[in-house]
Amino acid sequence: MSAIPDIAVSLTVNGERVSRRIEARRHLIDFLRLDLGLMGSHTGCEHGVCGACTVRVDGRIVRGCLVLAASLDGSQVETIEGVSDSGEIVDLQEAFIARNACQCGYCTSGMLMTAADLLKANPRPTREEIREHISGNYCRCTGYHAIVDAVETVAAKRNGRAGP
Amino acid sequence: MNEIIDPRSVDRPNSYIGKSIPRPNARKLVEGRGQFVDDIVMPRMVHVAFVRSPHPHAKILRIDGAEAIAMPGVVRLFTGADLAKHCEPWVAVLAHLKGMKSAPQLPLPLERATWAGEAVAAVVAETRAVAEDAVACVRIEYEPLPAAVDMETALSPGTPAIHPDLGDNLCFQRVNESGKVDEAFAAAHKVVEATFHSARHTGVTLEPRSILADYNRGSAKLTVYHATQAPHMMQGVFAKHLRMPEGDVRVICSDIGGSYGIKVHVYPDEVATAVIAKIMARPVKFIADRLESFATDIHARDHRITARMAVDAEGRITAIDIDDLTGIGPYSVYPRTSAVEGNQVVNLVGGPYDFANFRAKTTVVFQNKTPTCQYRAVGHPIATAVTEGLVDLAAEALGLDPVELRRRNLMQDGTYPRTSPAGMKFEGLSHEKSLDTLLGMIDYAGLRAEQERLRAKGVHRGIGLASFIELTNPSPFMYGIGGARISAQDGCTVRIDPDGSVMAATGVTEQGQGTEAIIRQIVAEAVGVPIGEVRVITGDTLTTPYGGGTWACRGAGIGGEAALQSGLAVKEAALKVAGAMLQAQPDALDLIDGQIVERKTGQARMPLAELARIVYFRGDTLPPDLPRELMQTRHFITKEYPFAFTNGVQACWLEVDIDTGMVNLLKHWCVEDCGRIINPLLVDEQVRGGIVQGIGGALYEHCVYSPEGQLLVGSMADYLVPMAAEMPDIEVGHVETPTRESLLGAKGAGEAGTAGAPAAVMNAINDALKPFGAKVFAQPFTPERILAALGKVPARWPVESPAGSPSAATPAPQPRAPGVQAQAAEKSPSLLARMFGRR
Amino acid sequence: MKAPPFAYVRAASLDEVFRLWGEAGPEARLLAGGQTLLASLAFRLSDPGILIDITRVADLAGISQVGNAIRVGALTTHADLGASDLLRRHVPLIAETVPLIAHPAIRNRGTIGGSLAFADPAAELPACCVALDATIMARSAAGERRIPAAQFFTGLYATALAQNELIAAIELPVARPSERSTILELARRSGDYAMAGVAAHAQLDNGALGELRLVFFGVGETPVLAKGAMAAIEGKPATPETIAVAQTALDADLDPPADLHGSAEMKRHLARVLLVRALRTIAGSEEAKAA
Repeated sequence: MSAIPDIAVSLTVNGERVSRRIEARRHLIDFLRLDLGLMGSHTGCEHGVCGACTVRVDGRIVRGCLVLAASLDGSQVETIEGVSDSGEIVDLQEAFIARNACQCGYCTSGMLMTAADLLKANPRPTREEIREHISGNYCRCTGYHAIVDAVETVAAKRNGRAGP
Repeated sequence: MNEIIDPRSVDRPNSYIGKSIPRPNARKLVEGRGQFVDDIVMPRMVHVAFVRSPHPHAKILRIDGAEAIAMPGVVRLFTGADLAKHCEPWVAVLAHLKGMKSAPQLPLPLERATWAGEAVAAVVAETRAVAEDAVACVRIEYEPLPAAVDMETALSPGTPAIHPDLGDNLCFQRVNESGKVDEAFAAAHKVVEATFHSARHTGVTLEPRSILADYNRGSAKLTVYHATQAPHMMQGVFAKHLRMPEGDVRVICSDIGGSYGIKVHVYPDEVATAVIAKIMARPVKFIADRLESFATDIHARDHRITARMAVDAEGRITAIDIDDLTGIGPYSVYPRTSAVEGNQVVNLVGGPYDFANFRAKTTVVFQNKTPTCQYRAVGHPIATAVTEGLVDLAAEALGLDPVELRRRNLMQDGTYPRTSPAGMKFEGLSHEKSLDTLLGMIDYAGLRAEQERLRAKGVHRGIGLASFIELTNPSPFMYGIGGARISAQDGCTVRIDPDGSVMAATGVTEQGQGTEAIIRQIVAEAVGVPIGEVRVITGDTLTTPYGGGTWACRGAGIGGEAALQSGLAVKEAALKVAGAMLQAQPDALDLIDGQIVERKTGQARMPLAELARIVYFRGDTLPPDLPRELMQTRHFITKEYPFAFTNGVQACWLEVDIDTGMVNLLKHWCVEDCGRIINPLLVDEQVRGGIVQGIGGALYEHCVYSPEGQLLVGSMADYLVPMAAEMPDIEVGHVETPTRESLLGAKGAGEAGTAGAPAAVMNAINDALKPFGAKVFAQPFTPERILAALGKVPARWPVESPAGSPSAATPAPQPRAPGVQAQAAEKSPSLLARMFGRR
Repeated sequence: MKAPPFAYVRAASLDEVFRLWGEAGPEARLLAGGQTLLASLAFRLSDPGILIDITRVADLAGISQVGNAIRVGALTTHADLGASDLLRRHVPLIAETVPLIAHPAIRNRGTIGGSLAFADPAAELPACCVALDATIMARSAAGERRIPAAQFFTGLYATALAQNELIAAIELPVARPSERSTILELARRSGDYAMAGVAAHAQLDNGALGELRLVFFGVGETPVLAKGAMAAIEGKPATPETIAVAQTALDADLDPPADLHGSAEMKRHLARVLLVRALRTIAGSEEAKAA
């Protein structure tokens, strides 16, 4: 297997150009964590089921464990570190803290990326729509109610209304 | 004494106990800047991956690692014999559980694998991926042995003893009996009975089990970064079994991605990682993957209980009699043991009710499945489902409303302290007030009316109630008296720093429940500083007082009281110094919001920072004999009661589609009494998260095995955890009955939700199905089981595996993710057997 | 678990795909959305040696109207299917189906071509394509051939694709005004594979259902065209009597395997329930809501 050549990739991660030579089998989350030291995206199952690894590729949320880094040459990747630094989801983050919608924090990066995705596509989601959109993101701690509350509050605030 | 922290006083300055204050450690988590074990990278770090048995029971004949060790990037291979030279075996028994037995266990077995998934060899490599490549190339020759799989036949003559030295597969048996049970049943007006099944569950922490162990040969010290709930316990375990002085082992818990009891046990592969680090004298990391998590994280709740209840003509419970059987895998798990869950069941059944005659028997047996041990709400959801299921059956038999039967039988408020027929000592509970509060929240009459109205339209809704008790604030009676080195006491050190800020180091630990937040609130209030001035240190055996960490809901009640006492002691010490500096009596002064003030007038006299500056840098200006101890440590242990019991009641409102068996959860309520509430925001979310974990067990979660002993659910696509779309909104209410054992008055709240939810769901389903005379008692209440109860499809349970030939079993789990061209199809009766037996 | 080592090549054109595929040998896999392939590699259940990334092959992308059909490129993601105005207007069943497929992040990567080629018997899109009488446009180095969807799924995870042949596109017939369709499924949790599901499609003429196609999924080795049940209703309105006859006929149409969620009998029962609900839905009867 030493005969298998590494793959050269150049992509933009959180606005920074990065180039690496990597094993073809390396998925995006391992690439972010092991090659770039961005530890905010977590692997929970590596089978695409738990949603902990949700990041954005070219503006769309994806399961990072089900995307090969080698296939992303030229792509734009955004992680929780990027959207934190840009301030893009600061209101969601504040709401998660205020509502205790984050307990152990392991699912939180993926949950926030998914919540942000929802509010971009649907600024006025019902509680059912919030639940449905995050239904692929597993959280063992909260029971989801607080997360739904936090997302609902942010939607209301962005729409100029008081939260529930 | 309790009045100084009476929640009615919350609006005075720097009063924090009782307030909903967000967690100080949440911000780094929402920004993805926490530090979990897998986030730690060290120089010369290597990764270990394990070769695992594909057989439930097999003799290990030969391990050939020649091909694996020759692979580029592979560093070492270890067998059981290699590690046994460096490690003392353990036997997980507790002396106070009379007659309990188990077999010695090592990091890797020497001769036999006893469950599918047990680690039998370890490969160390430069990356996890290469270690896995090498694992696939280790050739192990096995001789499969007959397996003891079904707990019902574990003690039958034809079943082989898993550990021949033990004689049979009986781990532990106990009968807890009081009163005259047989007479009570003979004299009963009505007797109701049922057989309850609680499915095998596992915790599915989103962060898998994680450990990074580093041994420095120069200093002879082992440092372990470990996702564990109990760092001091693990320090002792590593020291004892790696034959090191306890002081040479340091265990550090950084952020932990969920625990729920899963991360409080000693896992052979984690001990192996530490042993390997010591042998290789370099950092060794092991992060379980999800498949390993399902096969090797502890399972729990594999119980079958036959149960009956006697009631008199007035609707009073006169007796309960249960027989519990539980299968725990091939070893009792160290050091808490795997007999405690069954023991809890026989202690907790009937817990909320006032009756006299009680008999509960538990039989704990070995089997060739993944070991089971304590998992959130240990035994409670089982005992509560049995009790509340019987109560609803009795209500039906008597023609009484379930609420009315509970009213007639719940232990009355104001009759405490008292002891239950099971021998549990209750200091003070509030069943009646909790039920009243709940009924006020749910509009019971309105729900009943809606149920009637919808039934006429063919829509079947049900409401289920479940009263429960929860064991919290454990004393040494839980483990210590049995010989386990598990600390029931806990400590806190509080220090005022030169800038007037405060450091608090606590022995209780944080896995997301908010321990750091409540310790900060308590210390800020006790010392008298703004909450932002307090920093909390947890999870490091080198820097925190010795303590038990997180288990059995003790963080607030035990750790919180230690924090309160040490905070008050520091305040007293500071006021002593202030008295000398201000030429006042210390008790005429107070410390509020970081200022030394006149107690009577509240007038500010001096900032705490100024006092601290003088103490630390100009101690020459103070009277020479003046004590200036601005760091104090206090420890706390409960004294009067073995446990501080809490109580509560839940209600579930749901709809059953009687054509499909699908359950739609509409709403869930819980009223619980955890004594003094330190932070309502955190308590409510503990309750909600716990309820959903209980709902998971009630409706979805099941470690399904084939009759041969193969785990058939190896991914999160097959082991169904509760997800957001199906979960209901949950309303939480409170009653507060503080414990008098402590000044703080807090009891635990982390397990109440899980304790009661399955029973409430079960009773609600059976209430919905009432017009059809159908009932379900076997969790999880799947569509198939509900349809079987309705007589619409044949019953398959308790047969665990899919009916028919092995080829009919579950396909290789696929995530819900179509999207690949030309993907070959592969089906397998057991993914795990295929994964672990690739060669 | 990490995937076993493999090589990776990216093709820029169909010609390159077939050239690389020919060179790589039969173990090679095509990588499209990767949502199933990469998960299965993470179980180390297969060892393809090399992946050929086809995601940048322009000929496999895009949605367009071609005569009386909507041509959907194989690389069209589930999200793009759901967002397409053309499809919403002309093939409403697809728009109805997309929200049932997995979760948003997976819908953003998973492709219709991948879903059909993987041929999971519990997946929605294969059943939809059979119900809609779609045509699979298969492509190999030798050229393109048209395979009716009903003939495409040949067995468990098996298709009519030949070696080194891929799906280039799917042609979905444009709906006529009289057309009614629906998809119903019973899944334990939102986004899970269904315990049982049905895609139904018919022309509604004066209350009678014509050209009826009922395709069940999750209850066999392939999407199952329920010919007996279809014949029982064909040309008739959905009444309690005709539905009862169809339910009886359905038993002979299905031979479901047991799985973790239910026995064969359980699956048959769920299929019977879905049959009623689907017929009432497409027939637009009042009972549909109450069913």
